[in-house]
Amino acid sequence: MDLILEGIKKAIWLLITLDPEVLGITWLSLKVSGLATFISLFIGISTGTLVALTRFPGRRIVVSLINTGMGVPPVVVGLFVSIFLWRNGPFGMLELLYTPTAIIIAQAVIATPIVAGISLASIQKLPEALRLQILALGATRIQMIWMLIKEARLPLLAAVMAGFGGVISEVGASIMVGGNIKGYTRVLTTATVMETGRGNFDVAIALGVILLFFTFCINAILTSIQQRERPR
Amino acid sequence: MRMRNLLFAWILALCLASVFVGTTDVMASEQKNLILATTTSTQDTGLLDVLNPIFEKKTGFFVKTIAVGSGQAMAMGAKGEADVLLVHSPAAEKKFMSEGNGVNRMLVMHNDFIIVGPPSDPAGIKGMKSASEAFKQIAAKGAVFMSRGDNSGTNAKEKDVWKAAGINPEGQIWYQQTGLGMGQTLNVSAEKKTYTLADRGTYLSLKKNLGMDILVEGDKVLLNIYHVIEVNPAKWSKVNTHGAKAFAEFMVSKEVQDIISTFGVDKYGSPLFFPDAGKPEFE
Repeated sequence: MDLILEGIKKAIWLLITLDPEVLGITWLSLKVSGLATFISLFIGISTGTLVALTRFPGRRIVVSLINTGMGVPPVVVGLFVSIFLWRNGPFGMLELLYTPTAIIIAQAVIATPIVAGISLASIQKLPEALRLQILALGATRIQMIWMLIKEARLPLLAAVMAGFGGVISEVGASIMVGGNIKGYTRVLTTATVMETGRGNFDVAIALGVILLFFTFCINAILTSIQQRERPR
Repeated sequence: MRMRNLLFAWILALCLASVFVGTTDVMASEQKNLILATTTSTQDTGLLDVLNPIFEKKTGFFVKTIAVGSGQAMAMGAKGEADVLLVHSPAAEKKFMSEGNGVNRMLVMHNDFIIVGPPSDPAGIKGMKSASEAFKQIAAKGAVFMSRGDNSGTNAKEKDVWKAAGINPEGQIWYQQTGLGMGQTLNVSAEKKTYTLADRGTYLSLKKNLGMDILVEGDKVLLNIYHVIEVNPAKWSKVNTHGAKAFAEFMVSKEVQDIISTFGVDKYGSPLFFPDAGKPEFE
């Protein structure tokens, strides 16, 4: 119990004294997961919206695939991404393995189905009458889609938070494609695993506390946007 | 549809942006990256955290240290996915060399393995001189033994000792395997109060939190020998040959050997590794 207290104290200490290594790791975590979530936001919401609003043969299968994608183990994604990025693999010439970009790619792959699946469900839930009404009022296709997205703001932001939460906490794929290289691809989660393995439990707990703190802050901001009352 | 084109343009722009952000440094440096596949024990003791910056400053290469077990490190080398290896699994290394996967295998340093366990020592092996005899006793008493089970150098040594004791522990209830690195296996072992085989370096660096005692040490079979191997560039064209060679020479250089000889003394009272470069092979 006092180990956790020690950890919290160490977390505060590391942040106040602006410990360069911890700051670097934290900033890298936020950058990498933020960018991955951003990418998944675009691909996910657009895919989810598209599939929600159009009817085409095989739609059911596509929806099932997206929903399955939400549950794909991140470690498996990491394994496949590293196979693609190996030197002697199909994308080896890009030399992306063991770089932050590789982690961004893996995390985007993990987050996109989550964002897509939830977006799909939230757009689909909107009443059909609403869509027709917007079109009837003279909106162009783009305006209609934008209005629907705004209307479904609540669940869509939940989708983004789910995607972000999924990747900021991800460790297996990040170790596999990133390599946990000091000062380069070491993020909060991979550093926590390493420090635990080294027996530095206070540092490990501190990193965990820092991760929770920043995740909370970001989600607090997103939640306040989500819960804002619609201007009447 | 216009909307779809717009969206695709956005997505493409973002992807390109992120790829560029990530790779600008890589693209500017042809073969500046050196992938070093090594063991968890060299990383967990912090030795590479000291040596790598010196190497990077001296040569300008960027060392990507991938700490996995010796088995996985050699598998990476065999596939050309690493440039240089720092491993400690001599039998597997010899097989690696004989298959033409590596060149220039050089002795770097050694420390030793120790059998550690709970202070209560249920199998009564404390002070025994022979590792295989100790293992026999553990098996006879059915005392729980925690293995790494990950084809690492430590795991290979452990299997050698079981073999010397004439026992096959696979499948026995008292034989458990973590599949994890040395540090983590020691933590699990300490928690569950079991016996395990550990390298002295990692044990010493974790000692204060563990609550486990050294029970058997000093047996010649417990020597833990580290070699540096360059991956064979003839087999894989993408290997960073210059970097690998520079790193191998760096590890056996007098400067580094001196650093190794004093590494850990201020913190643990005794060095964690003993430098051996240039000496005749142990067997």
